Amino acid sequence: MAAIDLHCLGIESTAHTFGASVVTDSGQILSDVRDVHVSAPGKGIHPREAAEHHCEVAACVISNSLSKARVKASKLNGVAVALGPGLGPCLRVGATVARSIAAYFRIPLIPVNHAIGHIEIGILTTGAKDPLVVLVSGGHTAIAAFSGGRWRILGETEDITIGNLFDMFAREVGLPSPAGAEVEKLTEKSSSFLSLPYVVKGNDVSYSGLLTASLAKLRSGAKLEDVCYSMQEVSCSMLAEAVERSLAYTGKKEILLTGGVAANRTLQRKLEDVAKLHDAVCHVVDSAYTADCGAQIAWTGMLALRAGLAARVDEAHVRPKWRLEDVDIPWRNDAT
Amino acid sequence: MLTSPGETMQPKLIYKGAEAEIYLENWHGELVIRKSRMTKPYRIPELDETIRRMRTAHEATMMQEARKLGVPVPSIQHIDPASSTLIMDYVRGPTLKEELYKVSMPKRRERCNSLGKLLGQLHEGGVVHGDMTISNVLSEDGKLFIIDFGLSDFSTEMEDRGVDLLLLNRAMKSTHYAFHMALFKAFLEGYSQAVGRKRGYETLRKMREIEQRGRYFERA
Repeated sequence: MAAIDLHCLGIESTAHTFGASVVTDSGQILSDVRDVHVSAPGKGIHPREAAEHHCEVAACVISNSLSKARVKASKLNGVAVALGPGLGPCLRVGATVARSIAAYFRIPLIPVNHAIGHIEIGILTTGAKDPLVVLVSGGHTAIAAFSGGRWRILGETEDITIGNLFDMFAREVGLPSPAGAEVEKLTEKSSSFLSLPYVVKGNDVSYSGLLTASLAKLRSGAKLEDVCYSMQEVSCSMLAEAVERSLAYTGKKEILLTGGVAANRTLQRKLEDVAKLHDAVCHVVDSAYTADCGAQIAWTGMLALRAGLAARVDEAHVRPKWRLEDVDIPWRNDAT
Repeated sequence: MLTSPGETMQPKLIYKGAEAEIYLENWHGELVIRKSRMTKPYRIPELDETIRRMRTAHEATMMQEARKLGVPVPSIQHIDPASSTLIMDYVRGPTLKEELYKVSMPKRRERCNSLGKLLGQLHEGGVVHGDMTISNVLSEDGKLFIIDFGLSDFSTEMEDRGVDLLLLNRAMKSTHYAFHMALFKAFLEGYSQAVGRKRGYETLRKMREIEQRGRYFERA
């Protein structure tokens, strides 16, 4: 390892995952350790229970991350932490740990927006240059493009996210959560498409009606696999259409699919179809980093650190509703 | 069923959007516009067909609604849901965007004032356009026609009205930068005449608020 490398520790604790990772300033991910709180089948994330889980595993995850990376805590150049958006009790665990590390080792504390983390890890792992970002997870369904020093939202969900749609549906039918993979597996057994509400408003989508209608279909006797298949088809097609509009509008030549739901193969295929229609390419974040992880925070923290961004320890408060378009990005330039 | 015997003119593609293709063609001895919604590879056929059919019918409905409110739109000659096609009168244009380059300043103000009145009438009647740009307005001998009701809907929400104003303001700014303030001011006067001073002001304020969110940003 070259002596000139900078090392940044990143801590993620916005929802069910507690993760820690060490990255170098050249973009090497030296370690990415995580421990995921599993809620009981049919139950969503309970914020307090998840926070308790994070407290229990924090020390172990961080020390594993450091030893895997072969970096001593005293050699770190900065510690980054996701201060939002996320669940308050969960965020506070990561924030407390990060503040302690920063104060003890007297290194910069770098606040990171979790959504920006999904975007930056996507760019790092795919080599995308100036993409139209499609961020899909339990917390987000947003289409964004970089302009004027920030990621601007071009389209988003008007109510629940696509991750919520899958999770809330799964919870009602007793599947474990997060449920994307389970739902996708069930769709393979389906033989018929059921009509469900398809709502696209310009570049926006709305999923709450689709959730209600999917559950109603199930109650009226439709097969679970057919409902899963139809709900997946409709939700992914809606998003693909909104992405197509945004792509046509911005004239971007790259799509970057990132976030937890980026693992969904149906969504990947549909966005590839959209890209082809507009002579664009579709990048999908490395499958190891679709889900919430420390690496997305560590790498974004490294970018911010190099741009000279850090927060005072006594000012680094959690921001559960922190929107991605409110974050200044001094390390990225507008495409010309 | 949409072809007619003995016509020699080949349909000519004059515009291709994200959702539909616009052709100029000869139909029963008359020049018409054919708007066809394209099939999308990312939707399974049964879903794709339903959506295109429903949207075609919806657009026709909204155009009829606009007409009822006294807003000139091209007359619909034929609706073919099976092929997601609308046949409508050919309004020669030019688009307001093109015309604003050519005419004198008083004429520019006059056109924008008229557009303000038309959009005001639409909003007062509970309809929003959804894609309100100066490319979606045709000016034939000084008479304005509003086109492309693909994203139009019934709405009395200030948010939706604000978006109509915002999209229009941005369209004016991007192509007629040198005098866009005068154009938008003339538009607002016409709009306020149709909806009333108070409502006009409220909608403008809503537009500014939406703009502040930074969401509808300038195209690179």
